[in-house]
Amino acid sequence: MGLLTNLKDSISRAASTLFSEEDPKRIGIYGPPNAGKTTLANRIARDWTGDAVGPESHVPHETRRARRKENVEIERDGKKVTIDIVDTPGVTTKVDYTEFLEHDMEKDDAVRRSREATEGVAEAMHWLREDVDGVIYVLDSATDPFTQVNTMLIGIIESQDLPVLILANKIDLEESSVQRIRNAYPQHETIPLSALEGDNMDEVYDKIAEYFG
Amino acid sequence: MAEVKDPDDGVQIDLISGERMDGLASMEKIRMILDGVRDGNIVILEEGLSPDEESRLIEVTMTEISPDEFNGIEIETYPKSQTADASILDRLMGKQSTQKLTVIGPANQIETLHKDETLISALVSRK
Repeated sequence: MGLLTNLKDSISRAASTLFSEEDPKRIGIYGPPNAGKTTLANRIARDWTGDAVGPESHVPHETRRARRKENVEIERDGKKVTIDIVDTPGVTTKVDYTEFLEHDMEKDDAVRRSREATEGVAEAMHWLREDVDGVIYVLDSATDPFTQVNTMLIGIIESQDLPVLILANKIDLEESSVQRIRNAYPQHETIPLSALEGDNMDEVYDKIAEYFG
Repeated sequence: MAEVKDPDDGVQIDLISGERMDGLASMEKIRMILDGVRDGNIVILEEGLSPDEESRLIEVTMTEISPDEFNGIEIETYPKSQTADASILDRLMGKQSTQKLTVIGPANQIETLHKDETLISALVSRK
């Protein structure tokens, strides 16, 4: 029964890929908190539509709702690739409101933020299982990429057969190591960038067109 | 699960065999894990969860987090991704190897000290 269901799912996924060429693909921007997902989403949206997607912050869990920017047209080599960008909350397995108190927040605000953050993570996982056609996985290249959340999420994305592009963000920081990310996930291509400074965005757009066009 | 002892006595560790997990539906597995972890136990799965079950475990964990009561979970498996080694046919048919020892505990009681492809070293504290 499980085998038949899996086969049916695979066929319907293949069929939807074949027959929905005209629809913009929904590309989820995933990664742990504070990797720079919203900074990247804003950079892409501003470069190609002139608008931003959402507010950026150094306080973890600034993005607590998945936000979609529709019909982002990226032009590469005279061809247009249209995608919907879905900026998602950073994924984690734990949220402790007391960590927000360290960012000069009152207890009530910290508790509210943690509740919204947990809802956001659950929402992000739901989008990943049901509603995205591809994934841009953003990692902070100045931190250890070999975390359980990253390992699990990459595994979940691979199990869904979704195309995934790994971006090593924050190369403007001195402690940045792109090679550490390449070593952690050798089965995927890793592209370095600084979403904040706009470094290497041309290569990022080339790869988005190649992977999701 | 066996009778839960007083947490002052120590930390309870539940080692769950693959055979026991085989007979359970995904949500039953997740419920069993979270019920154990919320009681302050360390749950060790002989064969781990599938990627889809891991995704649902994160989602359900998030819905149960409550300030000053439950901060979520710490979960550790060996970092090698076995899905990358599965054949295309196996992946199409959903037959992925998920046999990897998995340790799950309350986020405020378990801290990973070291992890590599062959060793997970964790510090477990009482509540």
